Amino acid sequence: MSLAQIIANLPALVVAIPLLLSPVAAMTPVAGLAWLLAVLGSGAAFLCALLLQGAVTSGESFSYFLGNWPPPWGIEFVVDAPSAFTVLVMSGLAFVATLFARTALLAEIAEADAGKAYAAWLLACGGLSGLVMTGDAFNLFVFLEISALSSVILIALGAGRDRRALIAGYNYLVIGAVGATFYVIGVGFIYAVTGSLNMADLAVRIPEVPQTTVVMVGFGFMMAGILVKAAIFPVHVWLPAAYAFAPSAVSSLLAAIATKAALYVMARIVFDIFAGMPEMIGFALEFVLVPLALGGIFIGTILAIYENDIKKLLAFSSVAQIGYIALAFGVSTTAGIAAGFIHIGNHALIKGGLFLAVGAYAVLLGRRINLTQMAGLGRRMPITTTAFLICGLSLIGLPLTAGFISKLYLVRALLEAEMMIVVGLVLASSALSVAYLWKIVEVLWKPAAVIAPVREAPALYLPLWILALGNLWFGVAPAPLVDAAMRAAMQFTGGM
Amino acid sequence: MLMQPQTALLVGIFAPLVTALLVPFLAVRSNWRDIAGPVGALVTFVAALEVTADVLAGGVPTWVAAELAPGLDLAFRVTPLGAIFGLVASGLWIVAAVYSVGYMRGNHEKHQTRFAAFYAVAVHAAMAIAWSGNLLVLFIFYEILTFSTFPLVTHKDSRAARDAGRLYMSILVGSSVILLLPAVIYVWLMTGRLDFVPGGILKDAIPAAAAPWLLAAFVFGVGKAAVMPLHRWLPAAMVAPTPVSALLHAVAVVKAGVFTMLMVVVYIFGIDFLAETRAATWLVWLTCFTILASSCVAITKDDLKARLAYSTISQLSYVVLGAAIATQVAATGAALHIVMHAAGKITLFFVAGAIYVQAHITRISELDGQGREMPWLFGAFFLGALSIIGIPPLGGSWSKFYLMAGAADAGLVMVLAVLSLSSLLNIYYLLDPVARGFFKPKVKEVKVNRHVLTVLPPVLTAALSVALFFFAGTFLELAEAMVTR
Repeated sequence: MSLAQIIANLPALVVAIPLLLSPVAAMTPVAGLAWLLAVLGSGAAFLCALLLQGAVTSGESFSYFLGNWPPPWGIEFVVDAPSAFTVLVMSGLAFVATLFARTALLAEIAEADAGKAYAAWLLACGGLSGLVMTGDAFNLFVFLEISALSSVILIALGAGRDRRALIAGYNYLVIGAVGATFYVIGVGFIYAVTGSLNMADLAVRIPEVPQTTVVMVGFGFMMAGILVKAAIFPVHVWLPAAYAFAPSAVSSLLAAIATKAALYVMARIVFDIFAGMPEMIGFALEFVLVPLALGGIFIGTILAIYENDIKKLLAFSSVAQIGYIALAFGVSTTAGIAAGFIHIGNHALIKGGLFLAVGAYAVLLGRRINLTQMAGLGRRMPITTTAFLICGLSLIGLPLTAGFISKLYLVRALLEAEMMIVVGLVLASSALSVAYLWKIVEVLWKPAAVIAPVREAPALYLPLWILALGNLWFGVAPAPLVDAAMRAAMQFTGGM
Repeated sequence: MLMQPQTALLVGIFAPLVTALLVPFLAVRSNWRDIAGPVGALVTFVAALEVTADVLAGGVPTWVAAELAPGLDLAFRVTPLGAIFGLVASGLWIVAAVYSVGYMRGNHEKHQTRFAAFYAVAVHAAMAIAWSGNLLVLFIFYEILTFSTFPLVTHKDSRAARDAGRLYMSILVGSSVILLLPAVIYVWLMTGRLDFVPGGILKDAIPAAAAPWLLAAFVFGVGKAAVMPLHRWLPAAMVAPTPVSALLHAVAVVKAGVFTMLMVVVYIFGIDFLAETRAATWLVWLTCFTILASSCVAITKDDLKARLAYSTISQLSYVVLGAAIATQVAATGAALHIVMHAAGKITLFFVAGAIYVQAHITRISELDGQGREMPWLFGAFFLGALSIIGIPPLGGSWSKFYLMAGAADAGLVMVLAVLSLSSLLNIYYLLDPVARGFFKPKVKEVKVNRHVLTVLPPVLTAALSVALFFFAGTFLELAEAMVTR
């Protein structure tokens, strides 16, 4: 095959490679081999995503017809600036999380389950990538289910250590299923009035539909479903327990990529499929999404301040950070959407890193930990803790870290849109977030009873340091990320 | 000339950072570790001298590190005012580095390696602030300075230190995130640039009615300038070991605050724009209030370091006042005051710390009669105090003279009255410890353990305060270059 042919098939490969490797992993009896397959699958997907991003950067944008059936009948995979960007972020983080999983996952699950665990892992990666790549509204539902079911398995794997993982998984199963059902009901309404499922086709047909009420209802259902998946306040309730009780490696995978895919889908629905109905979209963003996002930001931050379980604390912080991304999309200008995409990338780096660090603590100390037990870890595990600190400082937006770039562009977009009150609220919440991070930092360097140093394993801290350095790199030289996010936003707004 | 200006710029910024990174590796050999600080300081100072020489010759040393945003670089570009601040921070670091070795050893402090490392990181941030090429870079290192000084403030690991650290962080980080950052972004949005341009960039870019509000966002966003009511963090930070109070909370950190205000007024607003719009009138009165109010509080303090802290708050407002008056002469005075107050106040803190190390006295009421035990220290304190009061032949008299001339120039008779009254208050509360030391009978017998490394630095900086009176020309030239080019 020539390079051109490979590139032409990349959109399918990103999704297909992990999906196809998944059953192989399930049948592999040896844990190490299954892990190798997972590395192979996520690595290949990452490579494909890099190539795709390269192609998109040079101005290309292409679509792939599964089975050579052209749309609107067949299923189409679309690669343009937003999808290439999101899939690159997700596959990159998934790759790093997979590297980390080798030691971390086995520490928390039975060795006999490893093959099946990695099968679910690969399914989740492939399913989430599929969510982003697909250009078909119904096919999206299929990927939604694939990723949701595999995530439930992964979360429930935490049961070996804490039975509450089962409840967390069950909650996610039920709430996630409600979300997916809402989404598919919405798709049904839209299909009824347009007769199409292809997104590009829908975007053309929807403005011409005379029954606007049906379109509105369909839109409402689809959005409600996706809000659940993206864990936007107040339908975020599944997220804290799911992240807290899943095995550490799984927490870092899900925290880094799961909600990002849903946020991307939300942007796709709002700015692409329904872009032809600006009044409805404007109303939904201004009176629903922005208030919900702000609610999530404050609720998440405040709950995080009072939380003592470290993984739950980080999960609440995720609710707040997802709020920032949703808020940025809610601004709906090019600058706003770009800020949203920038934070999709940066938050994946930040939260992925933080969960990896917490995972490393849990593995090395051999148990779930809360804040009190973290006392003095800074002195006992300096390598891991320094990386944790870098990611934490990035979370609160210290300059020269990626988080600062996010904050910079978000505030700039809000000022440009003259949303002064929102600017005040965002900055106030950002100052509040220092409180919970500082709570952790103080504990880490507190004089503690136990001071025996812990041997830190490279298999755990190397992936973590990749992300920590990523936080620094994109804080000092953010231009590639910002450019890519800008291009993604311009695709949606037409460069306004 | 030892190095090219651009090389010197890089050396000046990175020598402190390299020092900080070396310190942990030298931890096992404490002598080598403790030499690293002074050597790093010396290298930094030489670099700062080279950079200043180039600025005086009309050059603009520049280094662009990376692109932060389209049209906005992570760039360093030395302005005349930046040259002044760089020179002050690096020059006083040499003495402070020597002093901190004496203090930490004499006091048997724990975690000396961590202390030395973060001390150097803080100086790195201060140098980067001094030579920053635009407002965003300045903001970046402003934040890093806050974070790098936190481990120094909480060095004692005690409950009191942690509470003080929390107050320190919440005021400095809170104010900068909530007000300074949006102010910076607002300027960026309205003008499309953030670099420092003589004459300012805001004229014609923002409505005149918005100017006072934007200025307020800067004043209350730059918590390090400690204009009331944002001053509380500074007395709280006194819980840190005295070398921190001396170099950082009398020089690098607080001067970074007033330096930022001066940069914003001179290069972002432009003195003329500020004068035309009268946007800073309110600030003149607020700083006057801060000057007098904090002097009054200082009188009530019996703890020597707390008294010095309130004196610092008062003196910082002199600089902000000089910027707010918005005339060329006043701005020159403000820039000079950064230098003169730094030399004077670091002397006072050195003495306070040395007295603590040698006699374990922290209260002014216990200083009675101790002057005869420690004549060199009390002599140095006397000279430093005189300089801050502004009496010739000490450096402080120049900056007071220019500030008063600037106020007279702007027709602000009340400001003249405030400055005179403040000098009287200074005489009262700064000379009081000296007078007690020499003229009152002893109230407490103490055993004095002499540590030469804690005595030499204050004597040196006291001599520097005298020298600055006679050799103020270079700084004057730089300060005037700031407002004219």
